[in-house]
Amino acid sequence: MDRTIAINVSHLCKSYDGHKAIDDLSFHVYAGEIFGLLGPNGAGKSTMLRTLITLLHPTSGAATVLGHDTVREADVVRTLFGYVPQERAIDRFLTGREHLELLGALYHLTKEEAARRIAELLKLVELEAHADRPAKTYSGGMKRKLDIACGLLPDPKILFLDEPTLGLDVPSRLRIWEYVRMLKARGMTVLMTTNYLDEADQLCDRIAIIDGGKIKTLGAPAELKIALGGDIVSLTIKETARIGALAAAVTGQPAIRTVNTTATGLDIRVESAEKAIPAILDAANRLGCRLEFIDYHRPRLDDVFIAHTGRSMKDDLPTKEE
Amino acid sequence: MQHYWQEISALTMRWVLRLSREKFSMLFTLVQPMLFWLIFFGNLFQRAADTQVTQAPNYISFLAAGVVVMTVLNNGLAGGVDLLFDKENGFLERLMSTPIHRSSVILSRFIFVMTITSLQVLVILGVAFLFGVQPATGLLGIATILLIGMMFGVGLTSISMAMAFSVKSHGDFFSVLGFLSLPMIFLSSALVPLSAMPGWMSVLAQFNPMTWAIDAVRPLILSGWSEALPHVGMVVVVMLVFDALCLYGGAKAFRRAMG
Ligand SMILES: Nc1ncnc2c1ncn2[C@@H]1O[C@H](COP(=O)(O)OP(=O)(O)O)[C@@H](O)[C@H]1O
Ligand SMILES: [Mg+2]
Repeated sequence: MDRTIAINVSHLCKSYDGHKAIDDLSFHVYAGEIFGLLGPNGAGKSTMLRTLITLLHPTSGAATVLGHDTVREADVVRTLFGYVPQERAIDRFLTGREHLELLGALYHLTKEEAARRIAELLKLVELEAHADRPAKTYSGGMKRKLDIACGLLPDPKILFLDEPTLGLDVPSRLRIWEYVRMLKARGMTVLMTTNYLDEADQLCDRIAIIDGGKIKTLGAPAELKIALGGDIVSLTIKETARIGALAAAVTGQPAIRTVNTTATGLDIRVESAEKAIPAILDAANRLGCRLEFIDYHRPRLDDVFIAHTGRSMKDDLPTKEE
Repeated sequence: MQHYWQEISALTMRWVLRLSREKFSMLFTLVQPMLFWLIFFGNLFQRAADTQVTQAPNYISFLAAGVVVMTVLNNGLAGGVDLLFDKENGFLERLMSTPIHRSSVILSRFIFVMTITSLQVLVILGVAFLFGVQPATGLLGIATILLIGMMFGVGLTSISMAMAFSVKSHGDFFSVLGFLSLPMIFLSSALVPLSAMPGWMSVLAQFNPMTWAIDAVRPLILSGWSEALPHVGMVVVVMLVFDALCLYGGAKAFRRAMG
């Protein structure tokens, strides 16, 4: 299928004092899709978005938004997108409505047009009742909703969301997922970052897994999982000191593809669980490893992450805000 | 042009709204300079200060010019604080990602700081008036004082904003601020005339733009036009150079921080 490209990133690098925050990133986002950048803290996701919103100049490479270069045509680009930053970029002394009114003026809307959109957005994010309270009285979820309303005020074709649900409780997260799906249904292109696997899995049409500033793999979550092939056998072992020995014993056995040690046991990618499990149990018995738990499943997105980065996303889950 | 105005007025209104929400801070902003410096120190040192030295009828009338310029100094050096917080919590990024002129945020800050400073200066002159200090050069003199204050304030606010854009943490910002402001005050003619200072001090004080500002404001309050005019001419030149340097530094820091 021939699809319009909304965002194109080509060999983009950004260094800070010689350290590469993003390193030769190339990808494109199709018009109308939800594209996710999935990666742990410090992967370079925010740096990537800051380049697209024209506030960072790439060290090398280039990016375009709807065909406009983010450096040479920064003025045009800034009229095309809405942006929801990672931090709660909220002025605690202003009310929700005042935030939106300020942005209305910055996007050069007339008073009437601004008032119309503000009423619509406050309704959408369910902040009507709280619109005239200073933002310092808002909960984390309400601040995030206000953030999103601010991002939508210019009625943009493209929305950048930086970790939209970081630190939110479950109902607020689900609510925000709903908004994002609805925006897609309205034809908006969404480029979002996340370090939640389930969010990337359930919300995004396509994702790029990025780690250490590099893209490790890219595709639809379902494709990425299928591409991994086979099953995953996870073991939890009582004698954690023997994990290394067990890993060595099963590596290279027939039907076993790769073996990954975790803090409490092993994650083993196998051709088929039926063939591999007897061999694994056999090895465990020989080494005197008692199994606390054994489980096998089709590849999940965390398995995709492990397969492409060599480590688990859970190894450095971010500390929650709020 | 119309867009430019729309942006700047909306951004300026935001600073006004913020100030009005911080009731305590607003009260403090208005009351602090007159209470602290003029009434407290003015009366405290009244007896210690020798009118032969200050060349003024009383210490309050001598101090008024210093308090005016100190207010400009404090407001100017603190002028970047709100932008520092905006930078740290991402609000600045949100503002700069909208299609506004790159200079609008900064201009709004200048307008706000200059307006508040001018109002404070008027309050100080009003309080001084209640203590019997009548500006010798009348309303035109007051307008000239405000102009000098603004010229000095622009440079100071630029320094403050440049620092806000450059520092890694706000701890650094406030350390530098503290480090700058006290010597600026003591190495100037705010509290004591240059002629009454030890030699080394008066030499240093001559390089302080604050001294030039005070030496122009003081005769505007105490003596009259004939004495004030040469000083006013001088301070305009000094301030033009000072502002040019500060604005250049500020623009560089801003461009580095905001792409
Ligand atoms: N302004 C900056 N100065 C220096 N280093 C930075 C700056 N911003 C980000 N970095 C570094 O770049 C890397 C990527 O950061 P970031 O894009 O914020 O990651 P993410 O959003 O994926 O958590 C990190 O190592 C971070 O420390
Ligand atoms: Mg980030």
